[in-house]
Amino acid sequence: MKQRLVIIGAGMASGRVIEHLVETDPDAFDITLFNAEARGNYNRIMLSPVLSGEKTYEEIVTHDSDWYAAQGVTCRFGESVSGIDPTMKVVSGQSGHLPYDKLIIATGSAPFIIPVPGKDLPGVVTYRDLDDTNAMISAAGKGGKAVVIGGGLLGLEAAAGLAERGMEVTVVHLMGHLMERQLDEAAGYLLRKDLEGRGISIRTQASTKAIIGAGRAEAVLLEDGETLPADLVVMAVGIRPETRLATDAGLTVARGIEVNAQMQTSDPDIFAVGECVEFDGQLFGLVAPLYDQAKVLARSLLEGVDAFIAKDTATKLKVTGCDLFSAGDFAEGEGREDIVLRDPARGIYKRLVIEGDRLIGAVMYGDTADGNWFFQLIKDGTDIDEMRETLIFGPAFQGGDTADPLSAVAALPREAEICGCNGICKGTITDAIAGGATDLAAIKAATKASASCGTCTGLVEQVLQVTLGDDFVMPTAQPICPCCDLTHEDIRLLIKSQELKSKEAVWQELGWKTRNGCHICRPAVNFYLLADWPLEYQDDPQSRFVNERKHANIQKDGTFSVVPRMWGGITNPAELRAIADAADKYDVPTVKVTGGQRIDLLGVKGEDLPYIWADLNKAGLVSGHAYSKGLRTVKTCVGTDHCRFGTQDSTGLGIKLEQALWGSWTPHKVKLGVSGCPRNCAEATCKDVGIICVDSGYQVSVAGAAGMDVKETERLCDVGTEQEAIDVTIAFVQLYREHAKYLDRAYKWVAKVGLDWVQARIADPEERARLIAAFELSQSIYRKDPWAEHAKTAERYQPLANLTLEAAE
Amino acid sequence: MNWIDIGGIDEIPLRGARKIKTALGCVALFRTGEAEVFATTDSCPHKGGPLSEGIVHGQSVTCPLHNWVFDLNTGQAQGEEGAISTYPARVEAGRILIDATKLASRSAA
Repeated sequence: MKQRLVIIGAGMASGRVIEHLVETDPDAFDITLFNAEARGNYNRIMLSPVLSGEKTYEEIVTHDSDWYAAQGVTCRFGESVSGIDPTMKVVSGQSGHLPYDKLIIATGSAPFIIPVPGKDLPGVVTYRDLDDTNAMISAAGKGGKAVVIGGGLLGLEAAAGLAERGMEVTVVHLMGHLMERQLDEAAGYLLRKDLEGRGISIRTQASTKAIIGAGRAEAVLLEDGETLPADLVVMAVGIRPETRLATDAGLTVARGIEVNAQMQTSDPDIFAVGECVEFDGQLFGLVAPLYDQAKVLARSLLEGVDAFIAKDTATKLKVTGCDLFSAGDFAEGEGREDIVLRDPARGIYKRLVIEGDRLIGAVMYGDTADGNWFFQLIKDGTDIDEMRETLIFGPAFQGGDTADPLSAVAALPREAEICGCNGICKGTITDAIAGGATDLAAIKAATKASASCGTCTGLVEQVLQVTLGDDFVMPTAQPICPCCDLTHEDIRLLIKSQELKSKEAVWQELGWKTRNGCHICRPAVNFYLLADWPLEYQDDPQSRFVNERKHANIQKDGTFSVVPRMWGGITNPAELRAIADAADKYDVPTVKVTGGQRIDLLGVKGEDLPYIWADLNKAGLVSGHAYSKGLRTVKTCVGTDHCRFGTQDSTGLGIKLEQALWGSWTPHKVKLGVSGCPRNCAEATCKDVGIICVDSGYQVSVAGAAGMDVKETERLCDVGTEQEAIDVTIAFVQLYREHAKYLDRAYKWVAKVGLDWVQARIADPEERARLIAAFELSQSIYRKDPWAEHAKTAERYQPLANLTLEAAE
Repeated sequence: MNWIDIGGIDEIPLRGARKIKTALGCVALFRTGEAEVFATTDSCPHKGGPLSEGIVHGQSVTCPLHNWVFDLNTGQAQGEEGAISTYPARVEAGRILIDATKLASRSAA
């Protein structure tokens, strides 16, 4: 007599199990198949093309009622199973009990619903089955706005599909970058760029607080208070194994239904397969392992021999035109090394993770043609030591010569494209060289190669070197740091011209060779982005030197010094008392007057910083930015108020300047001085900007120094009014912000560009007005007291944990 | 191994660090990726700079005092004679775990 086999769930896994069973031994079992959905099996991973309109439901059906009938399977579709009794070996359905000899649970998984208010409102859908897909298609038919919660595989496919159907889509994602489980940040950046190019808005690090609406979903409210209007809300934050039946039946369930290598649950006659399963601590959401399971399960039922082995899996996103690939383990870890290739012009990023002499992970974006080859290397554990040098170039490159860049360039055919921006091929360049061009500038002039984005400059130079041999000397422009071959100046230029507005954009578009820069380039790039895009760019504290991150100067013993601002050097008894009290309260060992006429509290413990700031804030004192690459102080003399020689109100002007400029970030520190007469008691003539008040007005001079170099200022201009003196100063500081290399003091920068050039820019009324407006715009964000803001997050200044007890045990 | 939970991963900024106090001095805890942490001694062997105040890049940290760069895997200084001690740390379900046995057995450096 045939054994009775009952299967719960008609999905991709159980479909495959039945195929294997009937192929091998059609007479072994009498099969009954339950399915809560009123239909047979379809290829669930093709729902995204259905959503986007590229495929129809009919095209993705794999096993319909006719197929099951032909195999002799009894189908109970549209009927959900309410319980399993393992003792009686009976399954209860809506239309009665059914005994079994063997049972397979293939209930798959259920979408995870985040428990926010409004989650049950009409207009909120999940993305799991055909009904969800149809609900989205019909909602999209009305147009309007959609918010997709979840920037993982599923969420992005939903977003792309809805955008394809004409909705205005915003993706809300909790983590720092999209698909963080499959992609690293760099690939995540490219994906984001791609999606934004399709008009999809992306909010990362955004947490959903509630879905709001009267009667139906109207908007998504984020934790930061922002409201995103939504006619449709798709919740695609993840799935979890559907284990309710197994739990109720008393089977062993962890995150999923636990099975052994024969796909057997804790009850020997009950098996489980697919996404509802947990094997060896792992869950399975992709189709390849699930098909492996199906095969093993069929063989276990028939012969009881096979064993399932969990293998690595690869991921691809099913959004047309987004080429991404991720396989294996690409997390960083002990003893792991990266090989990174970025080709900004073509939007390509590849990263291989190597452990010892094995490839263990790969992430690729833009060009995934070699993905399967890499995946094979990962799965096979191939020894890649021999091909390590050229591994990242893929299979086509293996077995060739060692990768000498010059020989590679020499081997390029005449028609090989060198400059992608201008479409210049190698032959055009060698022709120009034959025509007399012997350096980069001449090539640029003759061919336009490397004249646009400049990223091919190195290649052009290599062509020059290969063609001219010893007649060409490779230029030695100082690159910013070993992470990138470009100079500071080139990077600044490219950030502006290519409108790069994030660090990830810079890393990718300018071909960074490291994953996230280093302590040399990160602070520089952070400043450049902040200076060029004050409204769009979010300052990154982790790219700042400790002094700026902690808003105090680190001292040799790891303590900090704190300098409150005294506008123009003026203070009063109340402020002095507050400073004295703070010095007492926080055991400040040294109180000193600085070179810029401010009071320095030295030796404050890092953990005390937020508290001493809060105390000083209470007395009206704010941060003096004595730690910043920004405005430090404006030193003044007493001027007309008290001095018999004073010609103008130098203290008043100093206060106005300090109040205009404070909080601004600059390439290096900026110090100002205002002296009331040519006796120059404020020593204004060795400052970045020095103003000498005279009877006829104000002499503004710039580019002085009294540090590593000592240098007198040079006269920028003479002006008649105080307002003009302020305007000229602001315009100069903004010009310096826009053009100087990070960590060049103003005098070094002026020496490079020439005082004439600076004078001409400042003298041009239109340019001056633009500079002042740009500075004010930036100040609308940055003219704030960092102490007050950081005092609110005092716990961040405390140790994360105190293990003195544990460690002593 | 004696893994103890010392806090949530979100309590350390991405590419940032926090320190933890132990009976034998401070240990720096670095976060280099979405869910990746490293633990080392907090003190630079050069002049004692607090490494938890440094800039974290790749799987390295740069000392804030004189820019010595340390590999967080091995503790080895880059291009210099010197190394820092490293301690096992890992992240599980968003929580940071550190091996207290290794911490307790470290020499009072």
